[in-house]
Amino acid sequence: MSATSVAAVEQYDYEIIKKFSIMAIVWGVVGMSAGVFIASQLAWPWLNFDSPFLSFGRFRPVHTGAVIFGFGGSALFATSYYVVQRTCQTRLFAPGLATFTFWGWQAVIVLAALSYVSGFSQGREYAEMEWPIDLLVLFVWVAYGAVFIGTLMQRKQPHIYVANWFYLSFILVTALLHTFNNLAVPVDLFSMKSYSLFSGAQDAMTQWWYGHNAVGFFLTSAFLGMMYYFVPKHAGRPVYSYRLSIVHFWALSFMYMWVGTHHLHWTALPDWASTLGATFSIMLLLPSWGGMINGIMTLSGAWDKLRTDPIMRFMIVALSFYGMSTFEGPLMSLKDVNALSHYTDWTVGHVHSGALGWVAMIAFGSLYHMIPKLWNTQIFSVKLINAHFWLATIGTLLYITAMWISGISQGLMWRAFDDFGNLQYSFVESVAAMHPFYAMRAIGGMFFLTGMVLMAINIYMTVRRGMREADSAQARAAVAAV
Amino acid sequence: MDWFADPANTKPLGLLIFFVTFCAIVLWVYGSKKRGKKLEEHKNIPFLDDEDEVKDKSNG
Repeated sequence: MSATSVAAVEQYDYEIIKKFSIMAIVWGVVGMSAGVFIASQLAWPWLNFDSPFLSFGRFRPVHTGAVIFGFGGSALFATSYYVVQRTCQTRLFAPGLATFTFWGWQAVIVLAALSYVSGFSQGREYAEMEWPIDLLVLFVWVAYGAVFIGTLMQRKQPHIYVANWFYLSFILVTALLHTFNNLAVPVDLFSMKSYSLFSGAQDAMTQWWYGHNAVGFFLTSAFLGMMYYFVPKHAGRPVYSYRLSIVHFWALSFMYMWVGTHHLHWTALPDWASTLGATFSIMLLLPSWGGMINGIMTLSGAWDKLRTDPIMRFMIVALSFYGMSTFEGPLMSLKDVNALSHYTDWTVGHVHSGALGWVAMIAFGSLYHMIPKLWNTQIFSVKLINAHFWLATIGTLLYITAMWISGISQGLMWRAFDDFGNLQYSFVESVAAMHPFYAMRAIGGMFFLTGMVLMAINIYMTVRRGMREADSAQARAAVAAV
Repeated sequence: MDWFADPANTKPLGLLIFFVTFCAIVLWVYGSKKRGKKLEEHKNIPFLDDEDEVKDKSNG
Protein backbone atom coordinates (compact mmCIF):
# COMPACT_ATOMS: atom_id res chain seq x y z
CA MET A 1 0.00 0.00 0.00
CA SER A 2 1.29 3.42 -0.95
CA ALA A 3 -0.56 5.10 1.86
CA THR A 4 1.08 6.01 5.14
CA SER A 5 -0.63 5.10 8.39
CA VAL A 6 -0.56 7.59 11.20
CA ALA A 7 -1.60 7.29 14.80
CA ALA A 8 -5.25 7.96 15.60
CA VAL A 9 -4.14 10.52 18.16
CA GLU A 10 -3.08 12.91 15.39
CA GLN A 11 -4.52 16.29 16.28
CA TYR A 12 -6.39 18.36 13.74
CA ASP A 13 -7.57 21.95 13.66
CA TYR A 14 -11.23 21.49 14.57
CA GLU A 15 -12.13 24.97 15.91
CA ILE A 16 -12.67 26.51 12.48
CA ILE A 17 -14.69 23.46 11.38
CA LYS A 18 -16.92 23.77 14.45
CA LYS A 19 -17.63 27.43 13.65
CA PHE A 20 -18.54 26.72 10.02
CA SER A 21 -20.68 23.70 11.01
CA ILE A 22 -22.73 25.75 13.47
CA MET A 23 -23.20 28.53 10.93
CA ALA A 24 -24.26 26.01 8.29
CA ILE A 25 -27.12 25.00 10.61
CA VAL A 26 -27.97 28.62 11.43
CA TRP A 27 -28.05 29.64 7.75
CA GLY A 28 -30.01 26.49 6.93
CA VAL A 29 -32.78 27.58 9.31
CA VAL A 30 -32.65 31.22 8.14
CA GLY A 31 -32.47 30.45 4.42
CA MET A 32 -35.16 27.78 4.47
CA SER A 33 -37.43 30.08 6.52
CA ALA A 34 -36.95 32.74 3.83
CA GLY A 35 -37.77 30.06 1.24
CA VAL A 36 -41.01 29.10 2.99
CA PHE A 37 -41.86 32.80 3.31
CA ILE A 38 -41.45 33.53 -0.41
CA ALA A 39 -43.22 30.30 -1.40
CA SER A 40 -46.12 31.41 0.83
CA GLN A 41 -46.06 34.86 -0.80
CA LEU A 42 -46.64 33.20 -4.17
CA ALA A 43 -49.60 31.26 -2.77
CA TRP A 44 -50.95 34.07 -0.59
CA PRO A 45 -49.77 37.40 -2.04
CA TRP A 46 -51.00 39.50 0.91
CA LEU A 47 -47.84 38.26 2.65
CA ASN A 48 -45.93 40.88 0.65
CA PHE A 49 -47.50 43.38 3.11
CA ASP A 50 -47.26 46.11 0.45
CA SER A 51 -43.71 46.73 1.63
CA PRO A 52 -40.79 46.84 -0.81
CA PHE A 53 -38.50 45.49 1.91
CA LEU A 54 -40.59 42.33 2.32
CA SER A 55 -41.51 41.87 -1.33
CA PHE A 56 -40.92 38.61 -3.19
CA GLY A 57 -38.44 40.27 -5.56
CA ARG A 58 -36.12 41.36 -2.76
CA PHE A 59 -36.56 38.28 -0.56
CA ARG A 60 -35.95 35.70 -3.27
CA PRO A 61 -32.18 36.39 -3.45
CA VAL A 62 -32.12 36.46 0.37
CA HIS A 63 -33.41 32.87 0.24
CA THR A 64 -31.06 31.68 -2.52
CA GLY A 65 -28.06 33.47 -0.99
CA ALA A 66 -28.68 32.11 2.51
CA VAL A 67 -29.25 28.51 1.42
CA ILE A 68 -26.61 28.27 -1.33
CA PHE A 69 -23.81 30.37 0.12
CA GLY A 70 -24.81 30.45 3.80
CA PHE A 71 -25.93 26.87 4.40
CA GLY A 72 -24.22 25.12 1.45
CA GLY A 73 -21.10 27.29 1.50
CA SER A 74 -20.54 26.98 5.25
CA ALA A 75 -21.11 23.20 5.07
CA LEU A 76 -18.53 23.03 2.26
CA PHE A 77 -15.96 25.12 4.14
CA ALA A 78 -16.49 22.91 7.22
CA THR A 79 -16.33 19.55 5.47
CA SER A 80 -13.49 20.51 3.12
CA TYR A 81 -11.34 21.65 6.07
CA TYR A 82 -12.23 18.38 7.84
CA VAL A 83 -11.66 16.08 4.87
CA VAL A 84 -8.42 17.70 3.68
CA GLN A 85 -6.88 17.43 7.15
CA ARG A 86 -7.96 13.85 7.76
CA THR A 87 -7.06 12.48 4.35
CA CYS A 88 -3.74 14.36 4.21
CA GLN A 89 -3.06 13.60 7.89
CA THR A 90 -1.90 17.10 8.59
CA ARG A 91 -3.17 20.27 10.24
CA LEU A 92 -4.61 23.19 8.30
CA PHE A 93 -2.14 25.48 6.58
CA ALA A 94 -2.29 29.09 7.86
CA PRO A 95 -5.03 28.80 10.55
CA GLY A 96 -5.19 32.62 10.78
CA LEU A 97 -6.16 32.77 7.13
CA ALA A 98 -8.75 30.04 7.74
CA THR A 99 -10.26 32.19 10.51
CA PHE A 100 -10.40 35.10 8.04
CA THR A 101 -12.35 32.87 5.62
CA PHE A 102 -14.92 32.26 8.37
CA TRP A 103 -15.54 35.89 9.35
CA GLY A 104 -15.20 37.08 5.76
CA TRP A 105 -17.72 34.54 4.47
CA GLN A 106 -20.26 35.28 7.22
CA ALA A 107 -19.87 39.01 6.47
CA VAL A 108 -20.57 38.30 2.79
CA ILE A 109 -23.83 36.48 3.58
CA VAL A 110 -25.07 39.14 6.01
CA LEU A 111 -24.08 42.11 3.79
CA ALA A 112 -25.61 40.44 0.74
CA ALA A 113 -28.93 39.83 2.52
CA LEU A 114 -29.03 43.42 3.84
CA SER A 115 -28.23 44.83 0.41
CA TYR A 116 -30.98 42.74 -1.25
CA VAL A 117 -33.73 43.87 1.13
CA SER A 118 -32.49 47.45 0.67
CA GLY A 119 -33.00 47.06 -3.07
CA PHE A 120 -29.42 46.65 -4.34
CA SER A 121 -29.00 43.90 -6.93
CA GLN A 122 -26.98 43.27 -10.09
CA GLY A 123 -29.91 41.23 -11.37
CA ARG A 124 -27.68 38.22 -12.12
CA GLU A 125 -29.12 34.98 -10.81
CA TYR A 126 -27.23 33.51 -7.81
CA ALA A 127 -24.83 36.46 -8.16
CA GLU A 128 -27.04 39.38 -7.16
CA MET A 129 -24.35 40.89 -4.90
CA GLU A 130 -23.13 44.32 -5.98
CA TRP A 131 -19.46 45.01 -6.63
CA PRO A 132 -18.16 45.85 -3.10
CA ILE A 133 -19.47 42.50 -1.80
CA ASP A 134 -18.10 40.75 -4.91
CA LEU A 135 -14.65 42.08 -4.01
CA LEU A 136 -14.98 40.74 -0.46
CA VAL A 137 -15.97 37.33 -1.88
CA LEU A 138 -12.82 37.46 -4.04
CA PHE A 139 -10.52 38.08 -1.03
CA VAL A 140 -12.19 35.33 1.01
CA TRP A 141 -12.00 32.90 -1.88
CA VAL A 142 -8.31 33.53 -2.52
CA ALA A 143 -7.66 32.95 1.19
CA TYR A 144 -9.74 29.73 1.04
CA GLY A 145 -7.75 28.50 -1.95
CA ALA A 146 -4.48 29.31 -0.17
CA VAL A 147 -5.53 27.40 2.97
CA PHE A 148 -6.77 24.37 1.02
CA ILE A 149 -3.86 24.15 -1.43
CA GLY A 150 -1.34 24.91 1.35
CA THR A 151 -2.77 22.03 3.39
CA LEU A 152 -2.56 19.69 0.39
CA MET A 153 1.07 20.73 -0.12
CA GLN A 154 2.08 19.91 3.45
CA ARG A 155 0.31 16.51 3.40
CA LYS A 156 1.89 13.45 4.99
CA GLN A 157 -0.07 11.14 2.70
CA PRO A 158 1.64 10.81 -0.72
CA HIS A 159 -1.64 10.42 -2.65
CA ILE A 160 -4.30 13.14 -2.73
CA TYR A 161 -7.60 11.35 -2.00
CA VAL A 162 -10.26 11.86 -4.69
CA ALA A 163 -12.62 13.85 -2.44
CA ASN A 164 -9.98 16.59 -2.33
CA TRP A 165 -9.84 16.70 -6.15
CA PHE A 166 -13.55 17.49 -6.21
CA TYR A 167 -13.16 20.17 -3.52
CA LEU A 168 -10.18 21.66 -5.35
CA SER A 169 -12.02 21.84 -8.67
CA PHE A 170 -14.88 23.57 -6.84
CA ILE A 171 -12.50 26.17 -5.39
CA LEU A 172 -10.68 26.83 -8.69
CA VAL A 173 -13.75 26.94 -10.91
CA THR A 174 -15.75 29.09 -8.48
CA ALA A 175 -12.89 31.64 -8.54
CA LEU A 176 -12.98 31.67 -12.33
CA LEU A 177 -16.77 31.92 -12.52
CA HIS A 178 -17.06 34.61 -9.88
CA THR A 179 -14.40 36.78 -11.50
CA PHE A 180 -15.71 36.71 -15.06
CA ASN A 181 -19.42 36.81 -14.23
CA ASN A 182 -18.92 39.90 -12.08
CA LEU A 183 -16.79 41.99 -14.44
CA ALA A 184 -18.61 45.28 -14.04
CA VAL A 185 -18.02 49.01 -13.94
CA PRO A 186 -19.29 50.85 -10.84
CA VAL A 187 -21.19 54.08 -11.43
CA ASP A 188 -18.72 55.76 -9.07
CA LEU A 189 -16.46 54.78 -6.22
CA PHE A 190 -19.06 55.49 -3.55
CA SER A 191 -22.02 53.99 -5.35
CA MET A 192 -23.29 50.43 -4.89
CA LYS A 193 -24.57 50.41 -8.47
CA SER A 194 -22.54 48.90 -11.30
CA TYR A 195 -23.09 47.81 -14.89
CA SER A 196 -21.87 44.61 -16.53
CA LEU A 197 -19.02 44.72 -19.03
CA PHE A 198 -21.03 42.40 -21.27
CA SER A 199 -24.24 43.27 -23.06
CA GLY A 200 -27.17 41.61 -24.82
CA ALA A 201 -26.89 37.92 -25.69
CA GLN A 202 -23.23 37.86 -24.57
CA ASP A 203 -24.29 39.03 -21.12
CA ALA A 204 -26.96 36.34 -20.99
CA MET A 205 -24.44 33.70 -22.05
CA THR A 206 -21.89 34.85 -19.44
CA GLN A 207 -24.61 34.81 -16.80
CA TRP A 208 -25.65 31.23 -17.63
CA TRP A 209 -22.10 30.05 -18.08
CA TYR A 210 -21.77 31.17 -14.46
CA GLY A 211 -25.21 30.00 -13.39
CA HIS A 212 -24.98 26.43 -14.59
CA ASN A 213 -21.36 26.03 -13.52
CA ALA A 214 -22.34 27.29 -10.07
CA VAL A 215 -24.71 24.32 -10.09
CA GLY A 216 -22.00 22.08 -11.56
CA PHE A 217 -19.07 23.00 -9.38
CA PHE A 218 -20.52 24.64 -6.24
CA LEU A 219 -23.60 22.44 -5.83
CA THR A 220 -22.37 19.25 -7.49
CA SER A 221 -18.61 18.81 -7.61
CA ALA A 222 -18.06 20.08 -4.06
CA PHE A 223 -20.87 17.98 -2.62
CA LEU A 224 -19.47 14.97 -4.50
CA GLY A 225 -16.26 15.63 -2.57
CA MET A 226 -18.38 15.39 0.56
CA MET A 227 -19.97 12.18 -0.74
CA TYR A 228 -16.64 10.52 -1.60
CA TYR A 229 -15.42 10.94 1.97
CA PHE A 230 -18.49 10.70 4.18
CA VAL A 231 -20.38 7.85 2.47
CA PRO A 232 -17.46 5.39 2.69
CA LYS A 233 -16.53 6.70 6.13
CA HIS A 234 -20.01 6.37 7.57
CA ALA A 235 -20.64 3.01 5.90
CA GLY A 236 -17.28 1.79 7.23
CA ARG A 237 -16.48 0.50 3.75
CA PRO A 238 -14.21 1.96 1.06
CA VAL A 239 -15.77 3.49 -2.04
CA TYR A 240 -16.97 0.90 -4.59
CA SER A 241 -14.43 1.75 -7.30
CA TYR A 242 -11.61 4.25 -6.98
CA ARG A 243 -10.88 4.07 -10.70
CA LEU A 244 -14.48 4.97 -11.48
CA SER A 245 -14.16 7.96 -9.14
CA ILE A 246 -11.16 9.22 -11.18
CA VAL A 247 -13.03 8.92 -14.47
CA HIS A 248 -16.11 10.48 -12.79
CA PHE A 249 -14.00 13.49 -11.76
CA TRP A 250 -12.37 14.13 -15.12
CA ALA A 251 -15.50 13.51 -17.19
CA LEU A 252 -17.49 15.88 -15.00
CA SER A 253 -14.77 18.54 -15.17
CA PHE A 254 -14.42 18.29 -18.96
CA MET A 255 -18.16 18.40 -19.67
CA TYR A 256 -19.82 20.69 -17.13
CA MET A 257 -18.15 23.86 -18.48
CA TRP A 258 -20.05 23.61 -21.77
CA VAL A 259 -23.64 23.11 -20.71
CA GLY A 260 -24.72 26.60 -19.52
CA THR A 261 -26.14 27.63 -22.88
CA HIS A 262 -28.96 25.07 -22.58
CA HIS A 263 -30.63 27.74 -20.40
CA LEU A 264 -30.93 29.93 -23.49
CA HIS A 265 -32.71 27.75 -26.04
CA TRP A 266 -35.03 29.66 -28.41
CA THR A 267 -33.42 33.02 -27.62
CA ALA A 268 -31.18 35.50 -29.47
CA LEU A 269 -28.21 33.24 -28.73
CA PRO A 270 -26.86 31.52 -31.89
CA ASP A 271 -28.53 28.15 -32.38
CA TRP A 272 -25.24 26.25 -32.51
CA ALA A 273 -24.27 27.50 -29.05
CA SER A 274 -27.40 26.22 -27.31
CA THR A 275 -27.26 22.97 -29.32
CA LEU A 276 -23.69 22.49 -28.08
CA GLY A 277 -24.93 23.03 -24.51
CA ALA A 278 -27.68 20.44 -24.98
CA THR A 279 -25.22 17.92 -26.50
CA PHE A 280 -22.83 18.18 -23.58
CA SER A 281 -25.78 18.00 -21.15
CA ILE A 282 -26.80 14.63 -22.63
CA MET A 283 -23.22 13.35 -22.45
CA LEU A 284 -23.04 14.50 -18.83
CA LEU A 285 -25.58 11.86 -17.90
CA LEU A 286 -22.84 9.19 -18.13
CA PRO A 287 -20.38 10.57 -15.54
CA SER A 288 -23.24 11.70 -13.30
CA TRP A 289 -24.74 8.23 -13.17
CA GLY A 290 -21.29 6.64 -12.93
CA GLY A 291 -20.70 8.68 -9.78
CA MET A 292 -24.13 7.94 -8.37
CA ILE A 293 -23.66 4.19 -8.92
CA ASN A 294 -20.20 4.40 -7.37
CA GLY A 295 -21.66 6.04 -4.26
CA ILE A 296 -24.65 3.75 -3.90
CA MET A 297 -22.65 0.57 -4.59
CA THR A 298 -20.33 1.50 -1.72
CA LEU A 299 -23.08 0.00 0.43
CA SER A 300 -23.08 -3.19 -1.66
CA GLY A 301 -23.46 -6.16 0.66
CA ALA A 302 -24.45 -3.98 3.62
CA TRP A 303 -27.87 -2.74 2.60
CA ASP A 304 -29.22 -3.62 6.05
CA LYS A 305 -27.57 -0.40 7.32
CA LEU A 306 -30.33 1.49 5.52
CA ARG A 307 -32.92 -0.05 7.85
CA THR A 308 -31.18 0.95 11.04
CA ASP A 309 -29.12 4.05 10.32
CA PRO A 310 -30.96 7.28 9.39
CA ILE A 311 -27.66 9.05 8.55
CA MET A 312 -26.90 6.38 5.96
CA ARG A 313 -30.46 6.78 4.70
CA PHE A 314 -29.88 10.52 4.21
CA MET A 315 -26.76 9.77 2.16
CA ILE A 316 -28.28 7.09 -0.06
CA VAL A 317 -31.49 9.05 -0.67
CA ALA A 318 -29.29 12.05 -1.54
CA LEU A 319 -27.50 9.92 -4.14
CA SER A 320 -30.84 8.73 -5.50
CA PHE A 321 -31.99 12.33 -5.93
CA TYR A 322 -28.62 13.12 -7.52
CA GLY A 323 -29.33 10.38 -10.06
CA MET A 324 -32.87 11.58 -10.61
CA SER A 325 -32.01 15.25 -11.11
CA THR A 326 -29.05 14.44 -13.36
CA PHE A 327 -31.46 12.46 -15.53
CA GLU A 328 -34.10 15.19 -15.50
CA GLY A 329 -31.54 17.93 -16.33
CA PRO A 330 -30.36 16.45 -19.66
CA LEU A 331 -34.00 15.67 -20.51
CA MET A 332 -34.96 19.30 -19.96
CA SER A 333 -31.98 20.48 -22.00
CA LEU A 334 -33.46 18.88 -25.14
CA LYS A 335 -34.85 21.70 -27.27
CA ASP A 336 -38.32 20.18 -27.71
CA VAL A 337 -38.72 19.44 -23.99
CA ASN A 338 -37.29 22.86 -23.15
CA ALA A 339 -39.87 24.54 -25.40
CA LEU A 340 -42.47 23.23 -22.94
CA SER A 341 -40.53 23.45 -19.67
CA HIS A 342 -38.65 26.74 -19.92
CA TYR A 343 -39.96 29.70 -17.88
CA THR A 344 -42.32 27.32 -16.05
CA ASP A 345 -42.31 25.93 -12.51
CA TRP A 346 -40.91 22.64 -13.81
CA THR A 347 -37.48 24.35 -13.77
CA VAL A 348 -38.04 25.44 -10.17
CA GLY A 349 -38.98 21.87 -9.25
CA HIS A 350 -35.90 20.51 -11.02
CA VAL A 351 -33.61 22.89 -9.15
CA HIS A 352 -35.17 21.88 -5.84
CA SER A 353 -34.98 18.14 -6.50
CA GLY A 354 -31.24 18.76 -6.76
CA ALA A 355 -31.01 21.37 -4.00
CA LEU A 356 -33.23 19.70 -1.39
CA GLY A 357 -32.88 16.07 -2.45
CA TRP A 358 -29.18 15.98 -3.27
CA VAL A 359 -27.32 18.98 -1.84
CA ALA A 360 -29.16 19.43 1.45
CA MET A 361 -29.54 15.71 2.18
CA ILE A 362 -25.87 14.83 1.57
CA ALA A 363 -24.95 17.87 3.70
CA PHE A 364 -27.31 16.73 6.50
CA GLY A 365 -25.85 13.21 6.45
CA SER A 366 -22.28 14.51 6.47
CA LEU A 367 -22.92 17.05 9.26
CA TYR A 368 -24.67 14.42 11.41
CA HIS A 369 -21.62 12.19 10.93
CA MET A 370 -19.03 14.91 11.52
CA ILE A 371 -20.42 17.11 14.30
CA PRO A 372 -20.38 14.48 17.10
CA LYS A 373 -16.76 13.68 16.16
CA LEU A 374 -15.81 17.36 16.37
CA TRP A 375 -17.12 17.59 19.93
CA ASN A 376 -15.96 14.04 20.76
CA THR A 377 -19.41 12.85 21.80
CA GLN A 378 -22.46 10.91 20.56
CA ILE A 379 -25.42 12.40 18.71
CA PHE A 380 -28.14 13.55 21.16
CA SER A 381 -31.05 11.75 19.50
CA VAL A 382 -31.13 9.24 16.64
CA LYS A 383 -34.95 9.41 16.75
CA LEU A 384 -34.79 13.12 15.89
CA ILE A 385 -32.53 12.33 12.91
CA ASN A 386 -35.08 9.78 11.78
CA ALA A 387 -37.90 12.31 12.11
CA HIS A 388 -35.76 14.84 10.21
CA PHE A 389 -35.17 12.31 7.44
CA TRP A 390 -38.86 11.64 6.88
CA LEU A 391 -39.83 15.32 7.09
CA ALA A 392 -37.13 16.19 4.55
CA THR A 393 -38.09 13.37 2.19
CA ILE A 394 -41.83 14.07 2.32
CA GLY A 395 -41.16 17.82 1.98
CA THR A 396 -38.97 17.31 -1.08
CA LEU A 397 -41.48 14.98 -2.75
CA LEU A 398 -44.38 17.38 -2.09
CA TYR A 399 -42.33 20.26 -3.49
CA ILE A 400 -41.18 18.61 -6.70
CA THR A 401 -44.53 16.92 -7.40
CA ALA A 402 -46.33 20.26 -7.03
CA MET A 403 -43.86 21.92 -9.38
CA TRP A 404 -44.06 19.14 -11.97
CA ILE A 405 -47.85 19.44 -12.17
CA SER A 406 -47.75 23.22 -12.04
CA GLY A 407 -44.91 23.55 -14.58
CA ILE A 408 -46.28 21.13 -17.16
CA SER A 409 -49.77 22.68 -16.81
CA GLN A 410 -48.28 26.15 -17.33
CA GLY A 411 -46.35 25.02 -20.39
CA LEU A 412 -49.44 23.40 -21.92
CA MET A 413 -51.72 26.35 -21.12
CA TRP A 414 -49.31 28.89 -22.60
CA ARG A 415 -49.07 27.03 -25.91
CA ALA A 416 -52.78 26.11 -26.25
CA PHE A 417 -54.66 27.63 -29.18
CA ASP A 418 -58.38 27.74 -29.82
CA ASP A 419 -60.06 26.83 -33.14
CA PHE A 420 -59.45 30.36 -34.45
CA GLY A 421 -55.70 30.28 -33.77
CA ASN A 422 -55.89 32.61 -30.78
CA LEU A 423 -54.26 31.81 -27.43
CA GLN A 424 -56.76 29.73 -25.47
CA TYR A 425 -55.79 31.03 -22.03
CA SER A 426 -54.73 34.44 -20.77
CA PHE A 427 -51.63 34.55 -18.59
CA VAL A 428 -53.66 35.36 -15.50
CA GLU A 429 -55.77 32.23 -16.05
CA SER A 430 -52.59 30.15 -15.91
CA VAL A 431 -51.59 31.94 -12.67
CA ALA A 432 -54.99 31.19 -11.11
CA ALA A 433 -54.69 27.51 -12.13
CA MET A 434 -51.35 27.27 -10.28
CA HIS A 435 -52.72 28.36 -6.91
CA PRO A 436 -53.32 24.89 -5.35
CA PHE A 437 -49.83 23.78 -6.39
CA TYR A 438 -48.22 26.92 -4.95
CA ALA A 439 -49.94 26.15 -1.65
CA MET A 440 -48.75 22.52 -1.90
CA ARG A 441 -45.18 23.71 -2.57
CA ALA A 442 -45.28 26.02 0.46
CA ILE A 443 -46.49 23.09 2.62
CA GLY A 444 -43.66 20.92 1.24
CA GLY A 445 -41.22 23.67 2.23
CA MET A 446 -42.73 23.79 5.72
CA PHE A 447 -42.08 20.05 6.10
CA PHE A 448 -38.48 20.54 5.01
CA LEU A 449 -38.00 23.54 7.32
CA THR A 450 -39.47 21.65 10.29
CA GLY A 451 -36.88 18.91 9.71
CA MET A 452 -34.15 21.56 9.62
CA VAL A 453 -35.36 23.01 12.94
CA LEU A 454 -35.28 19.50 14.47
CA MET A 455 -31.70 19.18 13.24
CA ALA A 456 -30.78 22.51 14.84
CA ILE A 457 -32.24 21.33 18.19
CA ASN A 458 -30.49 17.96 17.92
CA ILE A 459 -27.15 19.57 17.09
CA TYR A 460 -27.53 22.16 19.87
CA MET A 461 -28.13 19.37 22.41
CA THR A 462 -25.25 17.31 20.98
CA VAL A 463 -22.83 20.23 21.23
CA ARG A 464 -24.01 21.02 24.75
CA ARG A 465 -23.49 17.39 25.75
CA GLY A 466 -20.03 17.40 24.16
CA MET A 467 -19.05 20.56 26.03
CA ARG A 468 -20.35 19.21 29.35
CA GLU A 469 -18.46 15.95 28.86
CA ALA A 470 -15.28 17.89 28.08
CA ASP A 471 -15.78 20.05 31.19
CA SER A 472 -16.34 17.06 33.48
CA ALA A 473 -13.33 15.23 31.98
CA GLN A 474 -11.25 18.34 32.66
CA ALA A 475 -12.58 18.53 36.23
CA ARG A 476 -11.81 14.84 36.84
CA ALA A 477 -8.29 15.34 35.52
CA ALA A 478 -7.82 18.35 37.82
CA VAL A 479 -9.06 16.36 40.84
CA ALA A 480 -6.80 13.44 39.96
CA ALA A 481 -3.85 15.83 39.68
CA VAL A 482 -4.52 17.11 43.20
CA MET B 1 0.27 32.50 -35.75
CA ASP B 2 -2.59 33.71 -37.94
CA TRP B 3 -3.87 30.14 -38.03
CA PHE B 4 -4.16 30.12 -34.21
CA ALA B 5 -5.88 33.52 -34.19
CA ASP B 6 -8.84 32.12 -36.13
CA PRO B 7 -11.49 30.60 -33.81
CA ALA B 8 -12.63 28.36 -36.67
CA ASN B 9 -9.27 26.57 -36.32
CA THR B 10 -8.70 26.74 -32.58
CA LYS B 11 -12.17 25.47 -31.58
CA PRO B 12 -11.78 22.03 -33.23
CA LEU B 13 -8.15 21.96 -32.11
CA GLY B 14 -9.26 22.58 -28.50
CA LEU B 15 -11.90 19.86 -28.83
CA LEU B 16 -9.29 17.45 -30.18
CA ILE B 17 -6.81 18.21 -27.37
CA PHE B 18 -9.46 17.80 -24.63
CA PHE B 19 -10.91 14.64 -26.18
CA VAL B 20 -7.50 12.98 -26.63
CA THR B 21 -6.51 13.97 -23.06
CA PHE B 22 -9.71 12.47 -21.69
CA CYS B 23 -9.20 9.23 -23.67
CA ALA B 24 -5.62 9.09 -22.35
CA ILE B 25 -6.91 9.43 -18.75
CA VAL B 26 -9.42 6.60 -19.26
CA LEU B 27 -6.72 4.42 -20.83
CA TRP B 28 -4.32 5.23 -17.99
CA VAL B 29 -6.95 4.33 -15.38
CA TYR B 30 -8.21 1.10 -16.96
CA GLY B 31 -5.29 0.12 -19.22
CA SER B 32 -3.18 -1.83 -16.75
CA LYS B 33 -4.28 -4.34 -14.11
CA LYS B 34 -1.21 -3.62 -11.99
CA ARG B 35 -1.84 0.14 -12.04
CA GLY B 36 -5.54 -0.49 -11.43
CA LYS B 37 -4.74 -2.48 -8.29
CA LYS B 38 -2.47 0.28 -7.04
CA LEU B 39 -5.10 2.94 -7.72
CA GLU B 40 -7.76 0.92 -5.91
CA GLU B 41 -5.58 0.84 -2.79
CA HIS B 42 -6.07 4.59 -2.41
CA LYS B 43 -9.73 4.01 -1.55
CA ASN B 44 -8.62 3.10 1.98
CA ILE B 45 -7.13 6.54 2.72
CA PRO B 46 -10.18 7.79 4.70
CA PHE B 47 -9.70 4.91 7.15
CA LEU B 48 -6.00 5.38 7.84
CA ASP B 49 -6.37 7.92 10.63
CA ASP B 50 -8.95 5.94 12.56
CA GLU B 51 -7.27 2.84 13.87
CA ASP B 52 -10.00 2.53 16.46
CA GLU B 53 -12.78 2.45 13.87
CA VAL B 54 -13.89 -0.84 12.37
CA LYS B 55 -13.47 -1.15 8.63
CA ASP B 56 -15.50 -3.57 6.56
CA LYS B 57 -13.23 -4.66 3.70
CA SER B 58 -15.92 -6.04 1.42
CA ASN B 59 -15.21 -3.49 -1.31
CA GLY B 60 -11.50 -3.37 -0.63
